[in-house]
Amino acid sequence: MMIDDRVMNRQERISFRLRSLYSEYGYERYRMSKFEEYDLYSRNKDFLFSEGVITFTDTTGKLMALKPDVTLSIVKNRKDTPGMLQKLYYHENVYRVSAAADGFREQTQVGLECMGEVDGACIAEVLKLAAESLKLCSPKFVLEISHLGILNAFVDAIAPDGAVKREILRCAGQKNLHGISRVCREHGLAEGADKALQALLGLYGTPRTVMPKIRELAAEYGAEEMAACLGQAVAGFTGTELESHILIDFSATGDLQYYNGIAFKGFIEGIPGSVLSGGQYDALMKKMGRKDRAIGFAVFLDMLERLTEEEDSRA
Amino acid sequence: MLNIALPKGRLGEKVYAMFAKAGFECPALMENSRKLIFDNEAAGVRYFWVKPSDVAIYVERGAADIGVAGKDILLEYRPDVYELLDLNVGKCRMAVAAPAGFRDDMNRTLRVATKFSRIARDYYTSIGRDIDIIHLNGSIEIAPILGLSDVIVDIVETGTTLRENNLSVIEEIVPISARLIANKAGFKFRTEQIEKLTEGLRKEVQEA
Repeated sequence: MMIDDRVMNRQERISFRLRSLYSEYGYERYRMSKFEEYDLYSRNKDFLFSEGVITFTDTTGKLMALKPDVTLSIVKNRKDTPGMLQKLYYHENVYRVSAAADGFREQTQVGLECMGEVDGACIAEVLKLAAESLKLCSPKFVLEISHLGILNAFVDAIAPDGAVKREILRCAGQKNLHGISRVCREHGLAEGADKALQALLGLYGTPRTVMPKIRELAAEYGAEEMAACLGQAVAGFTGTELESHILIDFSATGDLQYYNGIAFKGFIEGIPGSVLSGGQYDALMKKMGRKDRAIGFAVFLDMLERLTEEEDSRA
Repeated sequence: MLNIALPKGRLGEKVYAMFAKAGFECPALMENSRKLIFDNEAAGVRYFWVKPSDVAIYVERGAADIGVAGKDILLEYRPDVYELLDLNVGKCRMAVAAPAGFRDDMNRTLRVATKFSRIARDYYTSIGRDIDIIHLNGSIEIAPILGLSDVIVDIVETGTTLRENNLSVIEEIVPISARLIANKAGFKFRTEQIEKLTEGLRKEVQEA
Protein backbone atom coordinates (compact mmCIF):
# COMPACT_ATOMS: atom_id res chain seq x y z
CA MET A 1 0.00 0.00 0.00
CA MET A 2 1.37 3.44 -0.94
CA ILE A 3 1.33 6.03 1.82
CA ASP A 4 -0.32 9.31 0.92
CA ASP A 5 2.28 11.88 2.05
CA ARG A 6 -0.43 14.53 2.47
CA VAL A 7 -1.21 12.93 5.82
CA MET A 8 2.28 13.80 7.03
CA ASN A 9 3.32 17.13 8.47
CA ARG A 10 6.27 19.03 7.01
CA GLN A 11 8.91 17.62 9.38
CA GLU A 12 7.73 14.07 8.75
CA ARG A 13 7.90 14.55 4.97
CA ILE A 14 11.38 16.06 5.21
CA SER A 15 12.63 13.35 7.58
CA PHE A 16 11.58 10.62 5.10
CA ARG A 17 13.24 12.48 2.22
CA LEU A 18 16.46 12.80 4.25
CA ARG A 19 16.45 9.15 5.28
CA SER A 20 15.90 8.12 1.70
CA LEU A 21 18.81 10.38 0.58
CA TYR A 22 21.21 8.90 3.16
CA SER A 23 20.15 5.32 2.26
CA GLU A 24 20.89 6.03 -1.42
CA TYR A 25 24.45 6.92 -0.42
CA GLY A 26 24.92 3.66 1.48
CA TYR A 27 24.26 4.86 5.03
CA GLU A 28 22.64 2.34 7.36
CA ARG A 29 19.98 3.19 9.90
CA TYR A 30 21.30 3.23 13.47
CA ARG A 31 18.75 2.80 16.24
CA MET A 32 19.39 3.41 19.88
CA SER A 33 17.67 3.43 23.21
CA LYS A 34 16.08 6.60 24.54
CA PHE A 35 18.16 6.18 27.69
CA GLU A 36 21.86 6.25 28.39
CA GLU A 37 23.90 6.11 31.59
CA TYR A 38 24.25 9.63 32.95
CA ASP A 39 28.00 9.15 33.44
CA LEU A 40 28.55 9.49 29.66
CA TYR A 41 27.21 13.05 29.73
CA SER A 42 28.79 14.09 33.01
CA ARG A 43 32.21 13.25 31.46
CA ASN A 44 31.50 15.18 28.25
CA LYS A 45 29.41 18.13 29.43
CA ASP A 46 30.99 20.65 27.08
CA PHE A 47 30.10 18.52 24.04
CA LEU A 48 26.39 18.93 24.75
CA PHE A 49 24.37 21.68 23.09
CA SER A 50 22.89 22.76 26.40
CA GLU A 51 23.52 22.26 30.06
CA GLY A 52 21.05 20.12 31.93
CA VAL A 53 20.07 16.50 31.43
CA ILE A 54 16.86 14.74 32.51
CA THR A 55 17.96 11.96 34.87
CA PHE A 56 16.24 9.12 36.67
CA THR A 57 17.23 6.02 38.62
CA ASP A 58 16.45 2.77 36.81
CA THR A 59 15.24 -0.47 38.39
CA THR A 60 18.83 -1.57 39.17
CA GLY A 61 19.68 1.69 40.90
CA LYS A 62 21.78 3.11 38.03
CA LEU A 63 21.56 6.82 37.31
CA MET A 64 20.23 7.10 33.77
CA ALA A 65 19.51 10.01 31.45
CA LEU A 66 17.11 10.74 28.62
CA LYS A 67 19.49 11.23 25.67
CA PRO A 68 20.44 14.89 25.18
CA ASP A 69 22.72 13.94 22.27
CA VAL A 70 23.02 11.20 19.66
CA THR A 71 26.69 11.30 18.60
CA LEU A 72 28.06 10.48 22.07
CA SER A 73 25.90 7.34 22.24
CA ILE A 74 27.00 6.16 18.80
CA VAL A 75 30.68 6.72 19.63
CA LYS A 76 30.30 4.92 22.95
CA ASN A 77 28.38 1.94 21.61
CA ARG A 78 30.37 1.04 18.54
CA LYS A 79 33.91 -0.31 18.20
CA ASP A 80 36.80 0.89 16.05
CA THR A 81 36.80 -0.51 12.52
CA PRO A 82 40.44 -0.32 11.36
CA GLY A 83 40.77 0.08 7.61
CA MET A 84 37.01 0.43 7.13
CA LEU A 85 34.45 3.18 6.92
CA GLN A 86 31.18 2.85 8.77
CA LYS A 87 28.34 5.00 7.44
CA LEU A 88 25.31 5.44 9.70
CA TYR A 89 22.24 7.62 9.81
CA TYR A 90 19.71 8.13 12.56
CA HIS A 91 16.33 9.69 13.26
CA GLU A 92 16.06 10.28 16.98
CA ASN A 93 14.56 12.49 19.63
CA VAL A 94 16.83 14.27 22.09
CA TYR A 95 15.94 16.05 25.32
CA ARG A 96 17.63 19.39 25.89
CA VAL A 97 17.23 22.55 27.86
CA SER A 98 15.79 25.18 25.57
CA ALA A 99 16.27 28.82 26.50
CA ALA A 100 13.20 29.62 24.41
CA ALA A 101 11.02 27.15 26.33
CA ASP A 102 12.68 28.06 29.64
CA GLY A 103 12.90 24.34 30.37
CA PHE A 104 13.43 20.95 28.76
CA ARG A 105 12.19 20.28 25.26
CA GLU A 106 12.00 17.18 23.10
CA GLN A 107 13.72 17.83 19.76
CA THR A 108 13.86 15.66 16.67
CA GLN A 109 17.06 15.19 14.72
CA VAL A 110 17.93 13.36 11.55
CA GLY A 111 21.63 13.04 10.97
CA LEU A 112 24.50 10.93 9.84
CA GLU A 113 27.91 9.85 11.11
CA CYS A 114 30.91 8.49 9.22
CA MET A 115 33.46 6.66 11.37
CA GLY A 116 36.69 4.82 10.57
CA GLU A 117 38.96 5.65 7.63
CA VAL A 118 37.62 9.15 7.08
CA ASP A 119 39.53 10.58 4.11
CA GLY A 120 39.12 13.58 1.84
CA ALA A 121 36.55 11.83 -0.35
CA CYS A 122 34.46 10.95 2.70
CA ILE A 123 34.58 14.54 3.99
CA ALA A 124 33.55 15.82 0.55
CA GLU A 125 30.63 13.34 0.46
CA VAL A 126 29.41 14.41 3.91
CA LEU A 127 29.55 18.07 2.88
CA LYS A 128 27.64 17.26 -0.30
CA LEU A 129 24.99 15.41 1.72
CA ALA A 130 24.76 18.35 4.14
CA ALA A 131 24.10 20.68 1.19
CA GLU A 132 21.62 18.23 -0.38
CA SER A 133 19.84 17.91 2.99
CA LEU A 134 19.39 21.68 3.15
CA LYS A 135 18.17 21.74 -0.45
CA LEU A 136 15.53 19.16 0.43
CA CYS A 137 14.26 21.52 3.15
CA SER A 138 14.26 24.72 1.07
CA PRO A 139 15.80 26.09 -2.14
CA LYS A 140 17.02 29.16 -0.24
CA PHE A 141 19.83 27.77 1.82
CA VAL A 142 23.45 28.40 2.70
CA LEU A 143 26.03 25.92 3.93
CA GLU A 144 28.89 27.71 5.64
CA ILE A 145 32.12 25.81 6.02
CA SER A 146 35.13 26.47 8.18
CA HIS A 147 38.33 24.65 9.16
CA LEU A 148 38.95 24.66 12.89
CA GLY A 149 42.59 23.59 12.48
CA ILE A 150 43.34 26.71 10.43
CA LEU A 151 41.47 28.95 12.85
CA ASN A 152 43.28 27.31 15.77
CA ALA A 153 46.69 27.86 14.15
CA PHE A 154 45.97 31.58 13.75
CA VAL A 155 44.63 31.94 17.32
CA ASP A 156 47.55 29.94 18.74
CA ALA A 157 49.94 32.42 17.18
CA ILE A 158 48.34 35.11 19.37
CA ALA A 159 47.46 33.22 22.56
CA PRO A 160 48.33 29.49 22.69
CA ASP A 161 46.03 28.57 25.56
CA GLY A 162 43.91 29.57 28.50
CA ALA A 163 41.27 32.20 29.03
CA VAL A 164 42.62 34.62 26.40
CA LYS A 165 42.38 31.97 23.69
CA ARG A 166 38.83 31.08 24.74
CA GLU A 167 37.85 34.75 24.67
CA ILE A 168 39.37 35.23 21.20
CA LEU A 169 37.59 32.12 19.87
CA ARG A 170 34.30 33.35 21.34
CA CYS A 171 34.76 36.71 19.57
CA ALA A 172 35.63 34.85 16.33
CA GLY A 173 32.31 33.01 16.52
CA GLN A 174 30.52 36.36 16.76
CA LYS A 175 32.45 38.06 13.94
CA ASN A 176 33.49 40.42 16.70
CA LEU A 177 36.75 41.77 15.27
CA HIS A 178 36.81 44.84 17.54
CA GLY A 179 36.43 42.45 20.49
CA ILE A 180 39.54 40.52 19.38
CA SER A 181 41.52 43.78 19.20
CA ARG A 182 40.28 44.73 22.68
CA VAL A 183 41.27 41.34 24.15
CA CYS A 184 44.76 41.67 22.61
CA ARG A 185 45.14 45.23 23.95
CA GLU A 186 43.94 44.33 27.44
CA HIS A 187 46.38 41.42 27.66
CA GLY A 188 49.36 43.44 26.49
CA LEU A 189 49.84 41.55 23.23
CA ALA A 190 51.97 43.23 20.57
CA GLU A 191 50.27 45.82 18.35
CA GLY A 192 49.02 44.09 15.20
CA ALA A 193 49.35 40.59 16.71
CA ASP A 194 45.81 39.86 15.56
CA LYS A 195 46.20 41.27 12.04
CA ALA A 196 46.37 37.89 10.28
CA LEU A 197 43.47 36.46 12.33
CA GLN A 198 41.39 39.53 11.49
CA ALA A 199 42.22 39.01 7.81
CA LEU A 200 41.20 35.33 8.02
CA LEU A 201 37.89 36.15 9.73
CA GLY A 202 37.27 38.95 7.22
CA LEU A 203 37.34 36.40 4.39
CA TYR A 204 33.78 35.45 3.68
CA GLY A 205 32.45 34.13 0.43
CA THR A 206 32.23 31.30 -2.05
CA PRO A 207 35.20 28.89 -2.18
CA ARG A 208 36.11 30.18 -5.63
CA THR A 209 36.51 33.75 -4.32
CA VAL A 210 38.20 33.13 -0.97
CA MET A 211 40.27 29.92 -1.29
CA PRO A 212 43.26 31.58 -3.05
CA LYS A 213 43.58 34.12 -0.20
CA ILE A 214 43.14 31.40 2.45
CA ARG A 215 45.99 29.36 0.91
CA GLU A 216 48.18 32.47 0.92
CA LEU A 217 47.41 33.33 4.56
CA ALA A 218 47.65 29.72 5.75
CA ALA A 219 51.14 29.36 4.26
CA GLU A 220 52.39 32.05 6.67
CA TYR A 221 51.21 29.97 9.65
CA GLY A 222 52.34 26.51 8.52
CA ALA A 223 48.73 25.57 7.83
CA GLU A 224 49.14 24.81 4.10
CA GLU A 225 48.09 21.18 4.53
CA MET A 226 44.91 22.16 6.33
CA ALA A 227 44.14 24.77 3.65
CA ALA A 228 44.66 22.05 1.03
CA CYS A 229 42.27 19.78 2.97
CA LEU A 230 39.64 22.56 3.05
CA GLY A 231 40.18 23.19 -0.67
CA GLN A 232 39.75 19.48 -1.43
CA ALA A 233 36.61 19.29 0.73
CA VAL A 234 34.86 22.06 -1.19
CA ALA A 235 36.29 21.33 -4.66
CA GLY A 236 33.43 18.94 -5.43
CA PHE A 237 30.96 21.84 -5.44
CA THR A 238 32.75 23.68 -8.26
CA GLY A 239 30.54 23.97 -11.31
CA THR A 240 27.55 22.30 -9.63
CA GLU A 241 24.18 23.88 -8.89
CA LEU A 242 25.11 23.78 -5.19
CA GLU A 243 28.19 26.00 -5.62
CA SER A 244 26.45 29.35 -5.10
CA HIS A 245 25.03 28.08 -1.78
CA ILE A 246 28.43 27.24 -0.28
CA LEU A 247 30.24 29.86 1.76
CA ILE A 248 33.52 29.70 3.59
CA ASP A 249 33.29 31.47 6.91
CA PHE A 250 35.72 31.00 9.79
CA SER A 251 33.15 32.25 12.30
CA ALA A 252 31.61 28.73 12.15
CA THR A 253 33.48 27.52 15.24
CA GLY A 254 33.20 24.60 17.64
CA ASP A 255 34.67 23.42 20.92
CA LEU A 256 38.27 22.42 20.12
CA GLN A 257 38.21 19.80 22.91
CA TYR A 258 35.92 17.74 20.67
CA TYR A 259 36.03 19.13 17.15
CA ASN A 260 38.87 19.56 14.68
CA GLY A 261 39.22 20.08 10.96
CA ILE A 262 36.13 20.82 8.87
CA ALA A 263 33.15 22.37 10.70
CA PHE A 264 29.94 23.54 9.07
CA LYS A 265 26.50 25.00 9.70
CA GLY A 266 23.43 25.21 7.50
CA PHE A 267 20.95 28.08 7.28
CA ILE A 268 17.61 28.46 5.52
CA GLU A 269 16.08 31.82 4.69
CA GLY A 270 13.29 32.66 7.09
CA ILE A 271 14.63 30.53 9.96
CA PRO A 272 16.61 32.59 12.48
CA GLY A 273 19.19 30.01 13.60
CA SER A 274 21.21 27.19 12.07
CA VAL A 275 19.11 24.19 11.01
CA LEU A 276 22.10 21.92 10.45
CA SER A 277 25.35 21.59 12.32
CA GLY A 278 28.29 19.26 11.89
CA GLY A 279 31.97 18.65 11.49
CA GLN A 280 34.92 16.38 12.13
CA TYR A 281 35.20 15.18 15.72
CA ASP A 282 38.40 13.14 15.83
CA ALA A 283 39.22 14.86 19.13
CA LEU A 284 36.06 13.44 20.75
CA MET A 285 36.88 9.97 19.38
CA LYS A 286 40.36 10.19 20.90
CA LYS A 287 38.96 11.42 24.21
CA MET A 288 36.70 8.36 24.29
CA GLY A 289 39.56 5.99 23.55
CA ARG A 290 38.82 5.44 19.85
CA LYS A 291 41.42 5.40 17.11
CA ASP A 292 38.93 5.95 14.29
CA ARG A 293 38.37 9.34 12.74
CA ALA A 294 34.83 10.70 12.44
CA ILE A 295 32.62 13.30 10.79
CA GLY A 296 28.88 13.84 10.92
CA PHE A 297 26.02 16.30 11.07
CA ALA A 298 22.49 16.67 12.35
CA VAL A 299 19.46 18.40 10.87
CA PHE A 300 17.24 19.98 13.53
CA LEU A 301 13.76 19.15 12.26
CA ASP A 302 11.94 21.27 14.84
CA MET A 303 13.54 24.39 13.39
CA LEU A 304 11.73 23.69 10.12
CA GLU A 305 8.33 24.45 11.69
CA ARG A 306 8.91 28.06 10.68
CA LEU A 307 9.14 27.32 6.95
CA THR A 308 6.16 28.69 5.10
CA GLU A 309 4.04 26.34 3.01
CA GLU A 310 5.23 28.20 -0.10
CA GLU A 311 8.89 27.56 0.77
CA ASP A 312 8.09 23.96 1.58
CA SER A 313 6.37 23.29 -1.73
CA ARG A 314 9.32 24.73 -3.65
CA ALA A 315 11.72 22.29 -1.98
CA MET B 1 14.10 44.55 2.72
CA LEU B 2 16.58 44.92 5.59
CA ASN B 3 14.80 44.92 8.96
CA ILE B 4 16.53 47.09 11.56
CA ALA B 5 15.63 47.24 15.27
CA LEU B 6 16.66 50.45 16.97
CA PRO B 7 16.51 51.23 20.69
CA LYS B 8 13.82 53.76 21.54
CA GLY B 9 15.16 57.01 22.97
CA ARG B 10 18.09 59.38 22.57
CA LEU B 11 20.61 56.66 21.72
CA GLY B 12 18.34 55.30 18.99
CA GLU B 13 17.97 58.76 17.42
CA LYS B 14 21.73 59.27 17.47
CA VAL B 15 22.31 55.86 15.91
CA TYR B 16 19.64 56.45 13.24
CA ALA B 17 21.53 59.61 12.19
CA MET B 18 24.59 57.40 11.64
CA PHE B 19 22.56 54.88 9.62
CA ALA B 20 21.06 57.67 7.48
CA LYS B 21 24.52 59.10 6.79
CA ALA B 22 25.63 55.63 5.71
CA GLY B 23 22.91 55.69 3.01
CA PHE B 24 20.08 53.92 4.86
CA GLU B 25 17.70 56.83 5.28
CA CYS B 26 14.07 56.71 6.34
CA PRO B 27 12.97 60.33 6.97
CA ALA B 28 9.54 59.31 8.35
CA LEU B 29 11.32 57.83 11.35
CA MET B 30 12.10 61.22 12.85
CA GLU B 31 8.58 62.61 12.41
CA ASN B 32 6.62 62.99 15.62
CA SER B 33 4.24 60.10 15.65
CA ARG B 34 3.26 57.11 17.71
CA LYS B 35 4.13 54.75 14.92
CA LEU B 36 6.78 52.18 15.70
CA ILE B 37 7.49 50.74 12.23
CA PHE B 38 8.77 52.77 9.28
CA ASP B 39 9.56 51.64 5.71
CA ASN B 40 11.66 53.19 3.00
CA GLU B 41 11.22 50.83 0.08
CA ALA B 42 13.55 52.85 -2.15
CA ALA B 43 16.41 52.39 0.32
CA GLY B 44 15.32 48.81 1.04
CA VAL B 45 15.01 49.31 4.80
CA ARG B 46 12.39 48.91 7.48
CA TYR B 47 13.14 50.41 10.89
CA PHE B 48 11.34 49.72 14.11
CA TRP B 49 11.69 51.23 17.56
CA VAL B 50 11.81 48.73 20.40
CA LYS B 51 12.67 48.79 24.09
CA PRO B 52 16.51 48.91 24.28
CA SER B 53 16.75 45.68 26.27
CA ASP B 54 14.57 43.89 23.67
CA VAL B 55 16.67 44.72 20.57
CA ALA B 56 18.85 41.62 20.98
CA ILE B 57 15.74 39.39 21.21
CA TYR B 58 14.31 40.80 17.95
CA VAL B 59 17.64 40.20 16.24
CA GLU B 60 18.34 36.75 17.70
CA ARG B 61 14.82 35.56 16.77
CA GLY B 62 15.15 36.95 13.24
CA ALA B 63 12.36 39.57 13.40
CA ALA B 64 15.17 42.04 12.71
CA ASP B 65 18.20 41.33 10.53
CA ILE B 66 20.29 43.84 12.41
CA GLY B 67 19.96 46.09 15.43
CA VAL B 68 21.80 48.23 17.93
CA ALA B 69 22.18 46.97 21.48
CA GLY B 70 24.29 47.98 24.46
CA LYS B 71 27.23 45.75 25.37
CA ASP B 72 25.63 45.40 28.84
CA ILE B 73 22.64 43.60 27.27
CA LEU B 74 24.90 41.38 25.15
CA LEU B 75 26.98 40.38 28.18
CA GLU B 76 23.94 39.77 30.37
CA TYR B 77 21.72 37.81 27.97
CA ARG B 78 24.39 36.37 25.60
CA PRO B 79 22.17 36.26 22.53
CA ASP B 80 23.45 34.07 19.67
CA VAL B 81 24.11 36.92 17.24
CA TYR B 82 27.03 38.47 15.36
CA GLU B 83 28.55 41.56 16.95
CA LEU B 84 29.75 43.43 13.89
CA LEU B 85 30.85 46.83 15.12
CA ASP B 86 31.46 48.94 18.21
CA LEU B 87 29.57 52.13 17.35
CA ASN B 88 31.44 54.04 20.04
CA VAL B 89 28.29 55.87 21.16
CA GLY B 90 26.21 55.46 24.30
CA LYS B 91 29.47 55.04 26.19
CA CYS B 92 29.37 54.23 29.89
CA ARG B 93 30.80 51.58 32.19
CA MET B 94 29.60 48.64 34.23
CA ALA B 95 30.89 49.19 37.74
CA VAL B 96 30.68 48.16 41.38
CA ALA B 97 29.57 51.03 43.60
CA ALA B 98 29.42 51.21 47.37
CA PRO B 99 28.51 53.71 50.12
CA ALA B 100 31.29 56.04 51.29
CA GLY B 101 33.60 54.29 53.75
CA PHE B 102 32.67 50.78 52.57
CA ARG B 103 35.21 48.06 53.37
CA ASP B 104 34.72 44.54 52.07
CA ASP B 105 34.55 42.13 55.01
CA MET B 106 36.00 38.91 53.56
CA ASN B 107 34.51 36.89 56.44
CA ARG B 108 31.03 37.51 55.12
CA THR B 109 29.26 36.77 51.87
CA LEU B 110 29.07 40.01 49.89
CA ARG B 111 25.50 41.07 49.12
CA VAL B 112 25.28 42.53 45.61
CA ALA B 113 22.17 44.27 44.28
CA THR B 114 21.94 44.47 40.51
CA LYS B 115 19.86 44.30 37.37
CA PHE B 116 22.77 42.47 35.72
CA SER B 117 22.99 39.19 37.66
CA ARG B 118 25.11 37.31 35.12
CA ILE B 119 27.67 40.10 34.70
CA ALA B 120 27.94 40.45 38.50
CA ARG B 121 28.25 36.68 38.99
CA ASP B 122 30.90 36.35 36.26
CA TYR B 123 32.90 39.25 37.67
CA TYR B 124 32.92 38.01 41.27
CA THR B 125 33.62 34.41 40.14
CA SER B 126 36.65 35.73 38.24
CA ILE B 127 38.06 37.20 41.45
CA GLY B 128 36.97 34.27 43.64
CA ARG B 129 34.59 36.26 45.87
CA ASP B 130 31.55 34.55 47.35
CA ILE B 131 28.44 36.68 46.77
CA ASP B 132 24.71 36.76 47.34
CA ILE B 133 22.94 38.26 44.30
CA ILE B 134 19.87 40.38 44.91
CA HIS B 135 18.19 40.84 41.55
CA LEU B 136 16.35 44.16 41.28
CA ASN B 137 14.66 45.77 38.29
CA GLY B 138 15.27 49.44 39.11
CA SER B 139 16.31 52.02 41.75
CA ILE B 140 19.34 49.86 42.46
CA GLU B 141 21.08 52.79 44.20
CA ILE B 142 18.81 52.66 47.22
CA ALA B 143 19.65 49.00 48.04
CA PRO B 144 22.80 49.78 50.10
CA ILE B 145 21.12 52.79 51.77
CA LEU B 146 18.30 50.56 53.05
CA GLY B 147 20.70 47.80 54.07
CA LEU B 148 19.39 45.44 51.39
CA SER B 149 22.86 45.01 49.90
CA ASP B 150 26.51 45.91 50.61
CA VAL B 151 27.32 47.05 47.07
CA ILE B 152 25.61 47.44 43.71
CA VAL B 153 26.67 46.48 40.19
CA ASP B 154 25.19 48.89 37.69
CA ILE B 155 25.77 51.06 34.64
CA VAL B 156 27.49 54.34 35.44
CA GLU B 157 27.38 57.16 32.92
CA THR B 158 28.24 60.43 34.65
CA GLY B 159 28.11 59.22 38.25
CA THR B 160 25.60 61.92 39.27
CA THR B 161 22.94 59.46 40.51
CA LEU B 162 25.56 57.61 42.52
CA ARG B 163 26.86 60.83 44.13
CA GLU B 164 23.35 61.97 45.00
CA ASN B 165 22.84 58.69 46.85
CA ASN B 166 26.19 58.86 48.64
CA LEU B 167 27.69 56.06 46.53
CA SER B 168 30.93 55.93 44.59
CA VAL B 169 32.53 53.57 42.09
CA ILE B 170 34.98 51.18 43.78
CA GLU B 171 35.69 48.91 40.81
CA GLU B 172 35.14 49.11 37.07
CA ILE B 173 34.05 45.83 35.49
CA VAL B 174 33.80 46.56 31.78
CA PRO B 175 33.36 49.54 29.44
CA ILE B 176 30.00 49.64 27.69
CA SER B 177 28.95 51.13 24.35
CA ALA B 178 26.38 50.50 21.62
CA ARG B 179 27.11 47.61 19.24
CA LEU B 180 25.80 46.78 15.78
CA ILE B 181 24.47 43.22 15.95
CA ALA B 182 23.16 40.90 13.23
CA ASN B 183 21.07 37.76 13.08
CA LYS B 184 23.31 34.88 12.00
CA ALA B 185 20.95 33.55 9.34
CA GLY B 186 19.87 37.01 8.16
CA PHE B 187 23.52 37.88 7.61
CA LYS B 188 23.90 34.99 5.14
CA PHE B 189 21.00 36.07 2.97
CA ARG B 190 21.46 39.86 3.10
CA THR B 191 25.25 39.95 3.27
CA GLU B 192 25.80 42.69 0.70
CA GLN B 193 23.40 45.16 2.32
CA ILE B 194 24.65 44.43 5.84
CA GLU B 195 28.30 44.72 4.82
CA LYS B 196 27.61 48.01 2.99
CA LEU B 197 25.93 49.40 6.09
CA THR B 198 28.68 48.11 8.40
CA GLU B 199 31.40 49.67 6.25
CA GLY B 200 29.55 53.01 6.13
CA LEU B 201 29.18 53.00 9.90
CA ARG B 202 32.81 51.91 10.40
CA LYS B 203 33.98 54.97 8.43
CA GLU B 204 31.80 57.25 10.55
CA VAL B 205 33.16 55.73 13.76
CA GLN B 206 36.74 56.17 12.55
CA GLU B 207 36.14 59.77 11.48
CA ALA B 208 34.38 60.75 14.73
